[in-house]
Amino acid sequence: MHEFLTNLAVYREAIRQTFYIVLISVSVGGLLGLGLGLMLYATRPGSLSANRPVFVLVNLLVNVVRPIPFVIFLTAIQPIMLHTIGTTIGTNAVTFALSLSAAFAVSRIIEQNLLTVDPGVIEAARAAGARPISILVTVLIPEALGPIILGYTFIFVAVVDMSAQAGLFGGGGLGDFAITYGSQRYNWPIVYITVATIVVIVQAGQFLGNWLARRALRR
Amino acid sequence: MSTETGPVIEPAQMPDGVRVPGDVHVRLEHVEKTFPGRGRRGVPQTALKDVDLEIRRGEVFGIIGYSGAGKSTLLRLINGLEVPSSGRVLVGGHELTALGERGRREVRRDIGMVFQQFNLFRSRTVAGNVAYPLKVAGMGRDERERQVARLLDFVGLLDRAHDHPEQLSGGQKQRVGIARALATEPSLLLADEATSALDPETTGEVLALLRRVNRDLGVTIVLITHELDVIRAVADRVAVLDAGRVVETGSVYDVFARPRTEAAARFTGTTLRDRPSPATLARLRAAHSGRLVTVRVRDRAGFQTRLARTFLDHQVAAEIVFGGISELQERPVGGLTFELTGPDGAVDTALAALRADGVDLIEEPE
Ligand SMILES: Nc1ncnc2c1ncn2[C@@H]1O[C@H](COP(=O)(O)OP(=O)(O)OP(=O)(O)O)[C@@H](O)[C@H]1O
Ligand SMILES: [Mg+2]
Repeated sequence: MHEFLTNLAVYREAIRQTFYIVLISVSVGGLLGLGLGLMLYATRPGSLSANRPVFVLVNLLVNVVRPIPFVIFLTAIQPIMLHTIGTTIGTNAVTFALSLSAAFAVSRIIEQNLLTVDPGVIEAARAAGARPISILVTVLIPEALGPIILGYTFIFVAVVDMSAQAGLFGGGGLGDFAITYGSQRYNWPIVYITVATIVVIVQAGQFLGNWLARRALRR
Repeated sequence: MSTETGPVIEPAQMPDGVRVPGDVHVRLEHVEKTFPGRGRRGVPQTALKDVDLEIRRGEVFGIIGYSGAGKSTLLRLINGLEVPSSGRVLVGGHELTALGERGRREVRRDIGMVFQQFNLFRSRTVAGNVAYPLKVAGMGRDERERQVARLLDFVGLLDRAHDHPEQLSGGQKQRVGIARALATEPSLLLADEATSALDPETTGEVLALLRRVNRDLGVTIVLITHELDVIRAVADRVAVLDAGRVVETGSVYDVFARPRTEAAARFTGTTLRDRPSPATLARLRAAHSGRLVTVRVRDRAGFQTRLARTFLDHQVAAEIVFGGISELQERPVGGLTFELTGPDGAVDTALAALRADGVDLIEEPE
């Protein structure tokens, strides 16, 4: 316990880093994934703006990228990182990779939830003379909002999970703290306090997500 | 009905120079629709074959047909949700088949549509549903709110404006659907089985509302259904659709008082009971030895007196063994099946006399 108190500043910094990584990855990845997901949905054969080549391409890209384990993905995109953010290690590198990884996962969640929207409702919007883009934004997303919020909550939890691997690339964060100050020094209280912190973050996120989804679903 | 009271329309100048007479609101010319089969091995489905239709401004036009006859497809061609494989579709002077998707979208904003399953937006309130087409049309907020209130008042749901669709009954949902379809004050309303998900009483209410939409607002209504009762309650004219073809068109009375095709007769046979079914006929044969003849009831004055007198004159005994008379568009309609017995040849001469008099009669097969 004494050890933990002397490292309190490091612990605080680790929490800050985890929040930095997770919040940016979920927001950037969430937005990118939303775009990709809408594209997947809309260009699918028979859909609002069916476009086979675009669909096949995006679909393939998502299918190829999604199963790659995060650690390997992060290594594999290092050339792209060098080009865009100029580094392959540190908090920003990890955040960059996580954002991309989250985007692909989110795209499927968006696509799947939009597919469950009653086609009759889309027909009603089309009959009112709405454009495809407007139908996506003003009908499909609102109609599927509850499950979409739950999907984002799921992604939030997954990103917190993956962010723990950030330490491997000098990204800092709670995972890094638990290993460097905890397990490597056989300091179990530090490990457990860190685990508890992550559990609290995940629970809080899940609670907020459930609450928002319930409001969207009016249940 | 209200063709005379509808607004006077100048014959529209067509893009290609063709003129459409002012009283035609929707016209389909030689329309065919074939869907490509699903998947690589799918067989193409021909939903509509050589359909010609003219729907007049201000009328309620019914399209009746069994499941799979192509009714929904026909309706979706009228608002350009579907494009025909060949033929032309003209709506209010626009040739839909000459327009691109963007042009069709514009035309669609002047056409309302209601659905069997209501298709309300669950994420929006009642008011939000009605406001949707107005948002699409770019109407400003204040004006939109006034219009929504007016429409909800028209359908009698002003007090439910802030409820969500799942809080409403089926009939109320359909009234919201109708209010939404009328939001942009379209001149044409398409109703796809609008009452098929409702119980008989609620069906009556919704049909009465559609009648008001037609009479009070002068909106042309195209209504598709598989129920003759719906047609009888609201339609002025009707087309019978059978396996993708329009087999009969005319006033509801003409088509159903004297169906000329098997398809039309099948609809009337069950609801109007104007002819015995084969099973009934068999039972009648067992019980009666005379000749069985069905006479179609017409709304000519003294019709039955003349019938009775002709039978008397020829010393033919006429016993009514089956039938019924009901009302179609406020005119009597139905059929009476007689058992005719009399001296040699008398029945034949009596029947000949009736035929000469223009009586529509059918000798039931042995
Ligand atoms: N998008 C489509 N793709 C392929 N075939 C279709 C499509 N839409 C309709 N069809 C086919 O066209 C035919 C007519 O269908 P339609 O929905 O117009 O019939 P309907 O008269 O409205 O029937 P119901 O009373 O059951 O609604 C059917 O054989 C149907 O399978
Ligand atoms: Mg249908």
